[in-house]
Amino acid sequence: MSEADPQAHGIGAARWIGKRVPRKEDARLLTGRGQYTDDVTLPGTLHVAFARSQIARGNIVSIDTSAALDIPGVHAMMLAKDIARQPLTMMSFFFTPSEVPITPLADGYVQYVGDPLALVIAETRAIAEDAAALIAVEYEELEPVVTIAQAMTGEPIHPDTDSNVSVEMGDDEVPEQLAATLEGAAHLITQTVIHQRISQAPMENRAVLATREGPEELTLYITCQSPHNIARWFSTALGLPEGAIRVIAKDVGGSFGLKNTPWKEECAVVCAAMLFPRPLKWTEDRYEALTASPQAREQEIKLDVAFDDEGRLLGAHSIYDCNNGAYPQGADANIAVHMFMWPAYKMPAYSFLSRGWYTNTNGLAAYRGPWAMESLVRETLLDKAARKIGIDPIELRRRNLVYLSDQPSTSSMGIPVDDITPGECLDKLIQHFDVPAFRREQAEARQQGRYLGLGIAAYIEPTGSAGSMAPMTGELAQVRIEPTGKVTATMSTHSQGHGTATTMAQCIADRLGVRYEDVTVYEGDNTRGGFGPGAAGSRQGVIGGGAAIRASEMLADKVKTLAAHLYNASVESVSIEEGMVHVAGAPEMSRPIGELANIAYGEPHRLPPEFEAGLEVQFRYQPPPMTMTSAAHACVVEVDAETGFVKILRWIASEDCGTVINPAVVEGQVAGGLAQAIGMVLLEDMPYDARGNPTAATFKDYLLPAITDVPVFEYVHANTPSKTIGGMRGVGEGGAIIGPPTLVNAIADALSPFGEIEELVLPLTPARILDVIEQRDVSGTRAHRHGTAVEVAQMADVPAPDPTSGQVPPVDAVVLPGGVHPAQDATIAGDWNMVLKTPMGPQAMKAHFDVEGGALSGYLEAPEGRQDFSGGTWSDGNAKFNLAVEKPMKITLKYDLQLAGDAITGKCKMGMFGTAKVSGERS
Amino acid sequence: MSDHSISMTINGRRQTGTVEARTSLGDFLRMDAGYTGVHLGCEHGVCGACTVVVDGRAVRSCLVLAVQADGSEVTTVEGLADPEGTLHPVQQAMRDSHGLQCGFCTPGVVMTFAALTAEDCKPTEDELIAAMSGHICRCTGYQGIRKAAKILVEGGAA
Repeated sequence: MSEADPQAHGIGAARWIGKRVPRKEDARLLTGRGQYTDDVTLPGTLHVAFARSQIARGNIVSIDTSAALDIPGVHAMMLAKDIARQPLTMMSFFFTPSEVPITPLADGYVQYVGDPLALVIAETRAIAEDAAALIAVEYEELEPVVTIAQAMTGEPIHPDTDSNVSVEMGDDEVPEQLAATLEGAAHLITQTVIHQRISQAPMENRAVLATREGPEELTLYITCQSPHNIARWFSTALGLPEGAIRVIAKDVGGSFGLKNTPWKEECAVVCAAMLFPRPLKWTEDRYEALTASPQAREQEIKLDVAFDDEGRLLGAHSIYDCNNGAYPQGADANIAVHMFMWPAYKMPAYSFLSRGWYTNTNGLAAYRGPWAMESLVRETLLDKAARKIGIDPIELRRRNLVYLSDQPSTSSMGIPVDDITPGECLDKLIQHFDVPAFRREQAEARQQGRYLGLGIAAYIEPTGSAGSMAPMTGELAQVRIEPTGKVTATMSTHSQGHGTATTMAQCIADRLGVRYEDVTVYEGDNTRGGFGPGAAGSRQGVIGGGAAIRASEMLADKVKTLAAHLYNASVESVSIEEGMVHVAGAPEMSRPIGELANIAYGEPHRLPPEFEAGLEVQFRYQPPPMTMTSAAHACVVEVDAETGFVKILRWIASEDCGTVINPAVVEGQVAGGLAQAIGMVLLEDMPYDARGNPTAATFKDYLLPAITDVPVFEYVHANTPSKTIGGMRGVGEGGAIIGPPTLVNAIADALSPFGEIEELVLPLTPARILDVIEQRDVSGTRAHRHGTAVEVAQMADVPAPDPTSGQVPPVDAVVLPGGVHPAQDATIAGDWNMVLKTPMGPQAMKAHFDVEGGALSGYLEAPEGRQDFSGGTWSDGNAKFNLAVEKPMKITLKYDLQLAGDAITGKCKMGMFGTAKVSGERS
Repeated sequence: MSDHSISMTINGRRQTGTVEARTSLGDFLRMDAGYTGVHLGCEHGVCGACTVVVDGRAVRSCLVLAVQADGSEVTTVEGLADPEGTLHPVQQAMRDSHGLQCGFCTPGVVMTFAALTAEDCKPTEDELIAAMSGHICRCTGYQGIRKAAKILVEGGAA
């Protein structure tokens, strides 16, 4: 990114914002003086290791710890019943309690290979591991449910559940009008994507050092995405006052979504430390990290899109399924996949069915761009459509993208579309890449038996989310000029490699008028500064940057007020440059900022009336609910037709990142995401065998991209400032979202002389690429996926839910035990305990209904308050009513409920959030 | 488990200790000698984060036993910069080219570069990139590491 690009600077005559300054973090990290969790040892620290389940599903018959306890150096052994003496409620990322019972250590039964079932405390990690290996467990093994297909038909893995569905959103059937559109379209294109399971694989594995300091205090050193978030989570989970918990995470070796939420092992260590009188440390090894940490992706989607004869979008429907594992960090049907499937495109109608499934595998956690499937399936489908319709893929996008001239508009799911530039990014990209020249080169190469391909993709990304989900708040900046004249700031941001101590210092130096070298930013400790959720959802540059900018401007005003008073000048005549305070027209009055700071702190009699002593300001920035980032990328590959190997020759990113605080940091985020995209498309895979054993246990099995797999990335700037303070847009996740379809499209283009990648199964290993080149099942993928007749039938129509699998049957099919239809004269009137299954977890509420003839009124009451409604209808056991709500945003909830005896089942249409299940019992 | 007395020079200072035969050099450097800049990323020899220089050669300290390094001269990332704090040319090249984000893989990257560019060694850029294929970085997409390699071969600023 060129510093000369005026659009790289969003605000005024920026001096530090937009500069590629060296990072504050690097001096300590380059000299080995960083402080990662395992680097910290407290006096008396003992070490923890876990004994883990060797089977995917079964009941624990007995656990024999005697041999383990005999090892010299072993201090204690804890099982679920021991840990339970310290109660802890496991919660999702949204602070909602888990829907299924979940305990830090397996209690009576195990649900995945690697499920921790005993915790050993010993003098050293090696001794703890020796002891853990000697714990003998006898199981009553049960048949595991491993795949999504098995989850659909298998018995529920969790007690007291009626199916393996963890969450379900959307429509069981395509709405009538849309079905007609799909059926009658000139072109109906289908794309199926089978996304493999991914290990986030940060270089620093999970680790925690927990020490109880007396009966009322707990200190944690923990590798995480926000010390504030961890403190809040444990405070709620343990029922301790938040002030009693100190969380320190100075340096974190990457996270990518994994360390959002503490999970079973961290919780077990914390409970143990509450019960045991020594500091306890657990550092995960890579074998544990790969086989027993939460994982990500493993999704399947089938998308049908109707086009008219000119390639214009008419309508679309998708069916999405996601393997949640046994204990997801939030049961997830990934509603964001559908919310962001089409807002960048002129898509008149879209419906979906989206489901998460419990299986006997590791639980689902976030990974960079958790909703990235929308871009992958949409952009690869568009290229497939271009080939099938016979239209250029760039032209196909241009006809359908939402350009600035089309805005503001609203997506078919009700998302406001404003301030997005995917079309403009695409146009800029094409200016920098000569497509006709490439097509000529491609044609010549094919003559020589070389297969080049060009992939292009466009997308938008919601960033800087705040105010719509419990953990997603604004960010706080506390900035002070110390009496020495140096500037320190305490931020609610947190870096796992993001370099926020650098970028926030740039914002402060820029707006305060001091040297970047004179600004120090503190973070990484929840006792410093206010709450912030840290790095989640590409938010820190946008929101933390806005907070730092505004706080610095407020502080500059304070300095100017003081200077004007001291020098008998007007406030307007005072300026601050390079740490010097100047008065216009009076150069002899120029003073170092530290001189004013000395007065502000130490000479109260010299301050203006009402002037608060000191030079300190704090500002919490509450930005718009989200800020959109747009991009278009191009990638050129060569596929070796003999071996199926892919070589990436060129990659160009055209990005609208808004104001760029530090080009090197922004490029670093984009490049890192793209490298992870290359890993997802070509290399990384976390497979499970039929018994539920994870089979990638080392970095020799789980292949991460190396330097030789990743090309040099080129950047084209298409930046337009956003509407936030400072004008930034988030860039943390984008590379991992736009990268996969860009690369897949390039490979598919290269392979087009041989045929289509009919079903996209990731990763595209050389063998899978040979499947297309040789038009046979070289990789065995087809045999594996569609091997038996039964499976073929399921594949052909994955959406059809098995009527015996515990799905809620269609309303008109409700039959009560004994073959009785719902009683016509039964009434819904009265009080009910209801549960609405929202995308953020189940929400319990009380309902009261009044019936008068066919008219229905009443109220729903949740902890946040009570809402009355009227104007509903009641007939034939069916209740319909609408409720307008303000949170998480203004939407009208449309309830459609069916009475069956003393139970209510039904659905609630929630605007852009799709349709959620509702259930209720009389209270 | 048998205990062994060992002695080695680490970053120019003599370090003695008693270790089990199974103790890795990486664990010894971190836990006994206190050089926590030695990062253990995989403990099975793939990621390269734990790379240190033993008798002039870059080795993975997770795959070397502490007893094997008895009598050796070991340099860790803490021993590269001069005592006043001036960065080693490799560290400076990495800083100038924004070669790191989270910094966990960085000590290993730095030590491999340092070993291959020490004294009279004149590696080509391709040789440095080939050596870097033995280091996994999950954050940067290797863009800055490539630039650092170029700087180390060509000299000069980024």
